Amino acid sequence: MASLTGLLEDIGRATLQALAGAGHAAMLFVESLGFAMTGWRRGQPVRPSAILEQMRQIGVDALPIASLLAFVIGVMLGIQFVAALSEFGAQSQVVVAVAKSVTREFGALITAILVAGRSGSALAARIGSMSVSQEVDALEVIGIDPVRYLAAPALIAMLVMLPALTIVADAVAILGAALYSSPALNVTPTAYIMQTLALTTPGDIGQGLAKALVFAVLISLIGISTGFSVSGGAEGVGRATTRAVVLSICYIIVTDMIFSFFINR
Amino acid sequence: MTDAAPLIEVDKLEAWYGLRRILNGVDFTVHPGEIRVIMGGSGSGKSTLLRHLLGLQKPRSGTVKLLGMDIGEASDAALLAVRRQIGVSFQGGALLTSMSVGDNVALPLREHTDLDVNTVRIMSRLKLEVVNLGGFQDLMPSQLSGGMIKRAALARAIVMDPKLLFFDEPSAGLDPVVSAELDELILRLRDALRMTIVVVTHELESAFKIADTITVLDQGDILLTDTVDKVRHADNERIQDLLNRRPRETVVDADAYLRRLTEERTIPG
Repeated sequence: MASLTGLLEDIGRATLQALAGAGHAAMLFVESLGFAMTGWRRGQPVRPSAILEQMRQIGVDALPIASLLAFVIGVMLGIQFVAALSEFGAQSQVVVAVAKSVTREFGALITAILVAGRSGSALAARIGSMSVSQEVDALEVIGIDPVRYLAAPALIAMLVMLPALTIVADAVAILGAALYSSPALNVTPTAYIMQTLALTTPGDIGQGLAKALVFAVLISLIGISTGFSVSGGAEGVGRATTRAVVLSICYIIVTDMIFSFFINR
Repeated sequence: MTDAAPLIEVDKLEAWYGLRRILNGVDFTVHPGEIRVIMGGSGSGKSTLLRHLLGLQKPRSGTVKLLGMDIGEASDAALLAVRRQIGVSFQGGALLTSMSVGDNVALPLREHTDLDVNTVRIMSRLKLEVVNLGGFQDLMPSQLSGGMIKRAALARAIVMDPKLLFFDEPSAGLDPVVSAELDELILRLRDALRMTIVVVTHELESAFKIADTITVLDQGDILLTDTVDKVRHADNERIQDLLNRRPRETVVDADAYLRRLTEERTIPG
């Protein structure tokens, strides 16, 4: 009996915490957008220089590793599709299979997972260690809203850079697939790419980009809100960083599935 | 002391952490031009009182008025206007570690004024000179010693020429010479810049040196607010314990003691 009430208590507490976390994240989202739109009128402007700096850290710095991963994923998809479709003598379908799966699914997914690991964790660690060392308090008493100064630039930068990285990842992945599979299909890489362009619709790319926008919101809000709620010193910062990455990746994958389900019905 | 309106007025402030009451209806008033020291041992509630004075925590009940504004009720814009007129130097300095010392000091000017780059640079370097850190503007906070961090934090706190300056534990973790220098600096700021200063500390020596008036906090209650002399000669036992560094005599409640030892789970706080 005691263990049952204990269990119920734990479930109840976890539910409340999850709800509070979601509420906190939603509030951060609304406040950040509010500062971005009307902050300059209230003496709390979101500085373009801060956004650019975040865009560099989140986007430009991630470009080499994102390209490398996307290239490898492209080659891997090429290998799998050539092998699998050859069994039915349907090699001609490799191009369309790669094009659709990369633009709709893998480009956005792999970029988001990478950015969650790189920048989601960095956001949580930076804001978390700032809370622990009273830097967030200092900002507040100086009259700088921490959400405006720390959260809004990161959110905006993420909303711009994640879709941008996704487009690059799409292109590089298709290039990787082209380089691997064109000899197997007896076409030149150029012909492969031309055929991909002919077969890809704006809807395919749009699907990937829409996902990237949602992932951007998830990664930045989870990173920022776990960062702000850090307590308990260095250990707390470590825990928050881990939590931010794990939560982001879980939410990204689940959201991706839900998204794909509704769009492809 | 003047008859002018008080800069800080706290009325029946209560603060709780979970089920534990930290402040039991504290009344607290600071007048312009005064150096007020809030003194008390660890766990006396002085840090909590400071957090309420800074508006970092909202009062559970009671009011906190800063410069005549009730900061529990104030709009964001009103609170921002008040915050531009106060400066705070935190215990650990709380300099932004991603910026150089000079940028840290210049930050309030950059955020709240339209001054051009050169003026901001000159004004922030002037304040660094005031705290004897001239020429250190290009170092990063991680390259400074403990005393230098406190002085840099002080420079940032006074860069907007605040009416009201808060200083949390100026001498914590510093050697006696450096902490004496900081005390001198606090006195000079009051005399030269006519600031009203609230210092939170548990260092007796420094408290007696800089204070006009001292508020002694103990376990969430204000024991006494008076001049240095009267505090020194107060006949309150707890104040004398604090002044003479006598350990507290805690009476052990046998039942509570047993309960604490045997309880499976404490009530979440």
